[in-house]
Amino acid sequence: MASSLSPVEFRVPPVDAVALETRVADLSTRSIKKAAKVQGLKLAIQMMDLTTLEGMDSPGKVRQLCQKARQPLPSRSDIPACAAVCVYPDLVGLAVEALRGSSVQVASVATGFPSGRTDRVTKLREVQLAVAAGASEIDMVIDRGAFLAGRYGAVYDEICAVKEACGAAHLKVILETGELKTYDNIRRACRIALLAGGDFVKTSTGKVSPASTLPVVLLLLEAVRDHFLETGRMVGVKAAGGIRTGKDALRYLVLVAETCGDRWLSPQWFRFGASSLLNDVLMQLEKERTGRYQRPTDFSAD
Amino acid sequence: MTKTDKTDAAKAGDRELTFGGVWPYAPSPESTDHVTIAPRHELFLGGQWVKPKTGEYFATIDPATEKPLSEVALAGDKDVDAAVKAAAKAFPAWRKLSGEDRARFLFRIARILLERAREFACLETLDNGKPIKETRDVDIPLAAQHFFYHAGWADKLDLLFPGQRPEPLGVIGQVIPWNFPLLMAAWKIAPALAAGNTVVLKPAETSPLTALRLCEVFQQAGLPPGVVNVITGDGRTGAALVRHPGLAKVAFTGSTEVGKEIQRAVAGRGVELTLELGGKAAHLVFEDAALDQAVEGVVRGIFFNQGHVCCAGSRLLVQESVQELFVDKLRRRMDRIRVGNPMDKNTDMGAIHSQAQLARITEMVGVGVQSGCALYQPRCALPTKGYWFLPTMFTDVTMSHRIAREEIFGPVLSVLTFRTPEEAVEKANNTSYGLSAGIWSDKGARILWLAERMKAGVVWNNTFNRFDAASPFGGFKESGFGREGGRQGLRAYVRLAGGWLPG
Amino acid sequence: MPVPVPKTYKLFVGGKFPRSESGRSFQPNGNPAINVARSSRKDLRDAVVAARAGLAAWSGSSAYLRGQILYRLAEMLESRRDAMQQELVCGGATKAAAKKELDLAIALCTWYAGLCDKVQSLLGSQNAVQGPFFNFSTVEPTGVIGVLAPESPALVGTLALLLPLLAGGNSVIVLVSETAPFAGLALGEVCASSDVPAGAVNLLSGLRQELAGQFAAHRDLDGLLVAGRPDAVLTTAAADNCKRVRYCDLSAAEWRTAARLRSLAFVEPFVELKTLWHPVAQ
Repeated sequence: MASSLSPVEFRVPPVDAVALETRVADLSTRSIKKAAKVQGLKLAIQMMDLTTLEGMDSPGKVRQLCQKARQPLPSRSDIPACAAVCVYPDLVGLAVEALRGSSVQVASVATGFPSGRTDRVTKLREVQLAVAAGASEIDMVIDRGAFLAGRYGAVYDEICAVKEACGAAHLKVILETGELKTYDNIRRACRIALLAGGDFVKTSTGKVSPASTLPVVLLLLEAVRDHFLETGRMVGVKAAGGIRTGKDALRYLVLVAETCGDRWLSPQWFRFGASSLLNDVLMQLEKERTGRYQRPTDFSAD
Repeated sequence: MTKTDKTDAAKAGDRELTFGGVWPYAPSPESTDHVTIAPRHELFLGGQWVKPKTGEYFATIDPATEKPLSEVALAGDKDVDAAVKAAAKAFPAWRKLSGEDRARFLFRIARILLERAREFACLETLDNGKPIKETRDVDIPLAAQHFFYHAGWADKLDLLFPGQRPEPLGVIGQVIPWNFPLLMAAWKIAPALAAGNTVVLKPAETSPLTALRLCEVFQQAGLPPGVVNVITGDGRTGAALVRHPGLAKVAFTGSTEVGKEIQRAVAGRGVELTLELGGKAAHLVFEDAALDQAVEGVVRGIFFNQGHVCCAGSRLLVQESVQELFVDKLRRRMDRIRVGNPMDKNTDMGAIHSQAQLARITEMVGVGVQSGCALYQPRCALPTKGYWFLPTMFTDVTMSHRIAREEIFGPVLSVLTFRTPEEAVEKANNTSYGLSAGIWSDKGARILWLAERMKAGVVWNNTFNRFDAASPFGGFKESGFGREGGRQGLRAYVRLAGGWLPG
Repeated sequence: MPVPVPKTYKLFVGGKFPRSESGRSFQPNGNPAINVARSSRKDLRDAVVAARAGLAAWSGSSAYLRGQILYRLAEMLESRRDAMQQELVCGGATKAAAKKELDLAIALCTWYAGLCDKVQSLLGSQNAVQGPFFNFSTVEPTGVIGVLAPESPALVGTLALLLPLLAGGNSVIVLVSETAPFAGLALGEVCASSDVPAGAVNLLSGLRQELAGQFAAHRDLDGLLVAGRPDAVLTTAAADNCKRVRYCDLSAAEWRTAARLRSLAFVEPFVELKTLWHPVAQ
């Protein structure tokens, strides 16, 4: 399929892996204490897309998750709600219902998640159905097969088509960086997503290891920053999968703070896709409040 | 990015990025309650703490607060003589000791240094002004590595120099600078001891505390008395040491000017000499480079340790086609350098080491401004007490500007441009120094072509300011001679059968 | 018998055989029959310029080629054995001593010829550093080196200092023996017929007293190798540009001993070690 863009447009600067990882190692030594820690942890909650993407997902499971997203820690009114709940398309309607009246958005994966190995018509139809069911955010997967075969135009065109199908819904483009393997590939895939009009670039489905890593997110942040400086358009970044502790989350926030700066330190422009992260963040917040280390079973297991 | 886009972006003020407004980091000071500093330090001679015959002491201060930390003995000629004699007395037994036993002492020293790592990191930061993050992650671990690395050589000299009958030289006089006080002491002492020499070390006047604390480690390790002697003092003490007739070798790290004086001072005495002197390193960035990582490399190259680094990448040579883009990136990155309390774990740049050095940097930046170079410094509040200087970048610099020729030894970067690889090489080598160079390009063949042509002892390709005990370090041309680290570094502490005589 | 055609003893600079720019000559050992070019500081200056140019050609050649060229020196010495022995006799050696010196000179050439392409392996290294880096140290010539050759032996004295410097890739300017300059200068003819690049080897004759200080002080000489005891005056002058300085003080017996004159340790002080770091990643 011929793309509307020439391959030249998809050319990206090279990435030096060792130096990128060195920068991450350096930023990971940032010591976030006291007020900064509390603020960062709360921000992380606000940025969280609470996610359940299993074959065994049931209405009960989704309702529990929605409740947790609305009110992560009922005993504390200062703990904010999460950004969104992320589910499969068939559970969107249920989630919309459960979240009515709250600020929490409903995100749906689509386009043959997680592998994306289905035809274009089916992918677009899935997007349309999820949007019609009330999803305000669509998390699509790119065609990694086409990308790795060098058919960048096909990847670009598909994102454009999905974006159009999204209508007013925000489009998050999952690169599945664990399958792209090299930073150069990731940077190029990110460039394609940016040019095709994605509102977010997202690292992973959570179904492939490694999922989100700090160096990959730093790379994406550099790419969206440069895109903004070049075009004036802001694009968000979502780190998904493998982020389990409050300490991890703070490390990601440090990358945001020191790469893109103040503009991106908001749920509008940075998200965490996670399931077990929330409780650890809550434990850390309680530890900061009380000065005592916490017991995991004291926090609701939703 | 095309020219038009760039201009549009510049016009759109709302495209600027700001940092630290939404989520400021709270202070995170390293605790120092486990570090005690005696009010007075004597000389370390023959395994004992000895009062100086001069009866004089001088203060060493914390450059971040200007508060005195301790008094340190001023060694005079007689003290120098006593130190050399103590080392000479210890030499026969130390050289006779088996290599395996010498190794065990050095291994033990490495271990104790790691056990006391945090204490040394704090002490170094207090006495030097460099950030705790660097002393904790670079200075102290590397110092320990040097002892561990050289320990392994002590019983393998005959493997390294087969058939060449390696022998120690004798008493080594070592004079080290203030920019990496403990690390320089380790670089000097470890190979000397491994090869069977004994040492008189003279730390810098303004940063003596960690070298003195290292003597406690020697005592803990049971190192025989006199094998290492540490004498504190000023330039006169150093001068007396290098002129002492009892030395078999002098090893010096410091300025090129003083290095030349030392070469003259030992002239004709048949004393071995190694010099690790100044630099004005070129840091080359090509248009095909990984630019975001190159920015990090350049920042690490010039702002690491406040730029008090002999191999600092003080001359940025960027390909003209990406100059504007790269300088923009660099400027934005400089805005995020956290300057301030060196004891804070989030500080990237600490205090300038001394008032004298601050004056020198200030003077040279004044020279740059007067000569018409464009100055950039991030807006950043600095503490009122102590010695501070902002990260500084000059653009519109040419090879004939003084700031592009003279070593500033501070956080001051000069940006120049080139058009072709040949021009880059010519400009990089257009200096009397030759310590280090950096190359950022994604093209392997070009990197090796450039590296071959750099007149520099260390060439960092797509990285900068990396150090390792196994990696030889030292300069070409007026950056000195001899290497430190690696098997070639050990060579400088060994006498082999045959060969020419030192000058 | 036709009238003999005696040789004019000229300098060897940049592959050419000039007289001294000063127009001066001297009679070695007061021998009134022979005039030898008496170099001036300007001759040294010209030689440094020539050597700087020769450095690129010499150090730029492959180590294998340099080895072949040094071996060619041995061949040329062998084929000019009679003439070279005559030069030594002219400098005061007995015929027997001259023959032995030629044997030794040839032995030095072949030994260093075989060393050229080993220096990198012997002195360089790959270094096991922490982190994802390929780290290696390579050996490069120090640059242009000045040599003050011993008064005797006239040929071996020059070659023993010259050859290790050439093996390391340096270009060299030798001030040959003042009292017996003939064999040293004749080396120029050997070099000229051995594919030694112009400027890699330069030979000056003259008064050591007049020129030694000039060698030490010249800022574009990177190193200085002096026959004799360590000399405070020379080293002090050499410190002006951090020259690498070494002295060579051998006994007459040592000068006759091949094993004493062939050593990697002679190469070491006049090569520079360059350490390269390169990241390793996908």
